[in-house]
Amino acid sequence: MHPAPSIILFTVLSGLGFGLLFWLGLGFPPVTGFSAFAFFTIAYLLAIGGLISSTFHLGNPQRALKAFTQWQTSWLSREAWLSVFALTFMGLYAIGAVFFATRIAPLGWIGSALALATVYATSMIYGQLKTVPRWNHPTTPALFLLLSVSGGALLAGQVTYAIGLLALSGVLQAVVWYLGDQRFAERGTTMETATGLGNIGQVTAFEPPHTGTNYLLKEMVHVVGRKHSRKLRIISLALMVVLPVLLLLLPFSHALAAVAVLSHLAGVLASRWLFFAEAEHVVGLYYGIR
Amino acid sequence: MTQLPTHTEKKLGLVIDLDTCVGCHACVVSCKGWNTENYGAPLSDQDPYGADPTGTFLNRVHSYEVQPDQGVAQLIHFPKSCLHCDDAPCVTVCPTGASYKRVEDGIVLVNESDCIGCGLCAWACPYGAREMDADQGVMKKCTLCVDRIYNENLPEEDRQPACVRTCPSNARHFGDLADSESDVSKLVAERGGIDLMPEQGTKPVNKYLPPRPKDTWDQIDILAPLLDPVAEEPKGFLGWLDKTLEKL
Ligand code: SF4
Ligand code: SF4
Repeated sequence: MHPAPSIILFTVLSGLGFGLLFWLGLGFPPVTGFSAFAFFTIAYLLAIGGLISSTFHLGNPQRALKAFTQWQTSWLSREAWLSVFALTFMGLYAIGAVFFATRIAPLGWIGSALALATVYATSMIYGQLKTVPRWNHPTTPALFLLLSVSGGALLAGQVTYAIGLLALSGVLQAVVWYLGDQRFAERGTTMETATGLGNIGQVTAFEPPHTGTNYLLKEMVHVVGRKHSRKLRIISLALMVVLPVLLLLLPFSHALAAVAVLSHLAGVLASRWLFFAEAEHVVGLYYGIR
Repeated sequence: MTQLPTHTEKKLGLVIDLDTCVGCHACVVSCKGWNTENYGAPLSDQDPYGADPTGTFLNRVHSYEVQPDQGVAQLIHFPKSCLHCDDAPCVTVCPTGASYKRVEDGIVLVNESDCIGCGLCAWACPYGAREMDADQGVMKKCTLCVDRIYNENLPEEDRQPACVRTCPSNARHFGDLADSESDVSKLVAERGGIDLMPEQGTKPVNKYLPPRPKDTWDQIDILAPLLDPVAEEPKGFLGWLDKTLEKL
């Protein structure tokens, strides 16, 4: 799949933002007043910045509100609703914490749950697609959620939780890559099933329908850059998990924590880039490409 | 509404004969023509006369080489457009309700004034039947020429999809696949019509008729023993030339 920068930024930033909101809602750290204002501002900038960047890839963003209508079947629509609910509940909770120095705990809990639900809905936009076997698996939402919660813990300064969760994300990420590499073959969609010509013999693409490229190839048969994917996986794991954990294990300082956050962010961006670039859509089979 | 109907009164669709398609792309051209001049946003082209032309098409013809275990390879032309799936994943993922499947005839359509151009439906379709128009930013797909098939301003024989009407080798057939007595249903039964990517669970309405078995090679040899053997050694002038060149 084409790794569109707007979608990569959206999923990573809003994942981090909702992850931070999750911790703030639970009272980790139990901030009020000015420090609460600082924390909530960062969380909202990330979450909303992500949502706004997601509209950049729309063909007709002026109609974006229509995306709220089909929540009964569409994960994209559910995500729209859940993000609004999460931001509203957390907003009320934040007002209490910032201006009245009171944390209304139940509001925070609901907000935290909604923040996670939003990340889940985002991940299911991809996880639901049977056409992309690498994504179509429960580990897709699991990794999105875990990365969001780990990144949130890092931003919320929850060092102990962050170390454990980051380590866990590292393991899950490795499992996701390992299983993902095999899933296309496991699902059994081949050029033979795509064309129905398998009982005659082995099918090869002789001539594509068009001499140039087209929307399908640009959007769904993105094969550029995959050759470096092994190296990128290592870089991504190192930045996303190993370096932040090492930095957190050192005696705490704000500078080191800031480096840990930036390193984690860069690592998740690399991982999300791979998430798209390595994903193979079955339509490629019609072109003899995966 | 992006909830799929539990039942459609008809299942209008195409039956595509892979045995007779000659790969002329006439259906591609007529589809582009009709759907640019009529319903919805035109099918735009980008850089059409330049070095890197691209454009929106609702119907495309692939060509495949199929190599049997024994004998020679076959070349098969393979037209592909929306299969108007019964269990259309493109419809349920749509956040705006722009994509829908009609209860009355099963046609899958996009309401372009609702489409935000998120592209998710194109991701959900396994067949590459949906293309986002780069000019208008809305999703385009085969409408089964909904503006022809019911159009009483057109002569009766023209009330079928443009591709079907155009095909010079009669490789495309249009009809109601829910009616087991329809010509298309009979054709599917007779020729063993198949679904593309059945494992994707989309239950496509369009069916493909597999190529008929080819003649085998040994039939060619029936008369061979009766024929005079072809001279293996060149004679006359050619023989002389051959020998002379050999000596050089
Ligand atoms: S062929 Fe693709 S676009 Fe057409 S109904 Fe099926 S899934 Fe949808
Ligand atoms: S591109 Fe348009 S039709 Fe397709 S899912 Fe998005 S809003 Fe619906």
